[in-house]
Order: sequence, then structure tokens, then C-alpha cells
Amino acid sequence: MKGPGVQAGSVEKWNWAVIREGAAAAWPICLGYLPIGLAFGVVAQKAGLGLVEIGLMSLVVFAGSSQFIAVSMLGAGAGFLPIVITTFTVNLRHLLMSSALAVHLRSAGKGWIALFGYGVTDESFAFNMSLFRQGNWGWRHALVVNHVSNFAWFASSIIGGLGGSLIPPGSFGIDYALPAMLICLLVFQLRGPVYVIVALVSGIAAVLVSLILPGNAYVIIASVAAATTGLFLSKKTGTEKRET
Amino acid sequence: MGNIFLLTLCMGAATYLPRFLPLFFFSRKQLPPWLTTWLDFIPVAILSSLILPALVTGGSPRHLDIVTPELAAAVPTLVFALKTRSLGGTVVAGMGIYWLVQRIFS
Repeated sequence: MKGPGVQAGSVEKWNWAVIREGAAAAWPICLGYLPIGLAFGVVAQKAGLGLVEIGLMSLVVFAGSSQFIAVSMLGAGAGFLPIVITTFTVNLRHLLMSSALAVHLRSAGKGWIALFGYGVTDESFAFNMSLFRQGNWGWRHALVVNHVSNFAWFASSIIGGLGGSLIPPGSFGIDYALPAMLICLLVFQLRGPVYVIVALVSGIAAVLVSLILPGNAYVIIASVAAATTGLFLSKKTGTEKRET
Repeated sequence: MGNIFLLTLCMGAATYLPRFLPLFFFSRKQLPPWLTTWLDFIPVAILSSLILPALVTGGSPRHLDIVTPELAAAVPTLVFALKTRSLGGTVVAGMGIYWLVQRIFS
């Protein structure tokens, strides 16, 4: 697992500091997962899942929307295969995220990459991408963030299954923790006019496609279209971007 | 309900493969420059495509819904994020703003 640094300036090794820094940085993600994990626990418990099943699903699947969909499909008596296929299609967007993350995992061994793949979520992806760019952030830090977030997701879904219905929904505006985090992560990514244009194209395209197509295919369609727009724009303006 | 365990494992595989395969293949390959540039736009594109529909659409089947506390709270949250560039701060501020906006809406 030794290799060239992920980026200049990041000579990262496994030590307590890496674990501490990664874990400390992850708290906004954990806060964002809390209400959703609680809600999942409540919903899953109502659909007849036991605590072990809830916890196992949060550990093994670790994908919010898929888990909600799976539980509601189970409740509606859907079969095994439709649920698995739905899960697969809902999470296809991770193909794009992992492709973008891959460049930062060049120095990671196969086993670490296998472990890293398990923790790729919308939030940890966007979070780690913005930190990779700042330097002093390598795949080990990112891996810690992934797993701390996963634990928060697991724990909150268990708490939800235990007695989340006792917590009034919407307390302290906590339902907005995740949207607020995504908004800030978007701000981190606006690194120049082209990025702002890509954001606008993607957002508007996503809204339009989401009104036409059911499901969440709009994320992939809009992102591919917007990134392609960005590619052509940067070719036209001849903007050279610093790349690893 | 014994099937749930098998279902969970299959769902796990279905979520794991799209996460793992690109990491595995693309971390070992030298990508052409155009692809690196293209991938560089993926984070901003994904974030925007996740956020905006959640703010301005709702219901099932989905329709435009502009007058929502989510959208009303998004504007000051965005300004806060732009000014402070603090992730934790924005999360906490966003929660507070949303809480206030909900009072106004109800």
C-alpha cells in the first residue's frame, strides 16, 4: 500500500492522528444522517423488521433511499428480485462518484479500495472530494470519514427501530441538516465560472428530467449532461485545470 | 422474514458493485486528460442535481412546488455557506434557519 502520495503535500500514513482527524471532520455528515437513520428505523420497524434486520441492512446496504424503498416494497409484498433490481438502479449514480474518487486512491492497496467502495455515499463522496482538493487529505482520512458516517447511519437506524417514534419529527430543524450540508458542499465545488455554469445546467436539467421520469435517473442524466457541457466549455476557453 | 437476510445480502451486493468497480478499475489506470476533466465536473454536477429537484419539486407524481420552506431556507443557507465556507457552521445555521422558516410557513 506504499506508493506515491495521493496529492502533493499529502504524505499520509496510518496513525491515530489520521483516525482522530477523519472522525472529527465527519460530524456534519453524522448529524445529517441522524434524522434519516432514525426515520428509517421507525419505518422499518413498522414494516415488521426486527432490530437485527434493521441494523444489518444499515450495515450491509448503507444506502438511505434504497433502504426506504426496500422497506416500503417489502410492506407492499413485493418480491425479492424487484427489490434488488430497484436497489441496483437507485444506486447506479455511485458509478459516477466512484469514477471521480478513483484518482485519489492510486496509492491505496486493493484491500483498502475494496473497503473504501463500501462507504461511498453522496455525502461522503462530496465531502472527501472537496477535502482531497485542499491537500493534507488522503484516502486514509477519507476512509475514516466513510466508516464513522456508516456507524452514525447504523446507530441512528437502530435507535429509530428502538423508539424513534417517540422523538417528534422535525425537532430543532434537524431534517435540514443534510440539505444544508449538501448546499455547503456545492459551494466548495464552485471553483470558477465554469463550475457555476455546470451547477446551473445540472440543477435545471435535473429538475426538468425529474418532472418527466419517475425514480432518480435524473441524477445520472443531468450530471452526465452537465459534466459534458463543462468539458466542452473548458475546451473552448482552453482552461487548463490542475489535475493529479 | 428469514428471507430478509438473503435480501439484505443481495441488496448489499447491488449497492456495492457500482461503488467498488470504478474505484478498482480507474485507480489503476492512467485516464485520458479529457476524462479527468470530465470527472472533475462530476462532484459539482451531482450535488446540484441532488439539491435542486429536492428543493423545487414534490409530491407523487412529482410536480413543481416552489413555495416550500425547504427552498425558502435554502437561500439564506447558501449565503451563509458562501460567506463562511464552514461545513459544520452551515449545517447548524441551516437547521436554525429551517426551524425559523417553518414557523413562518405554518
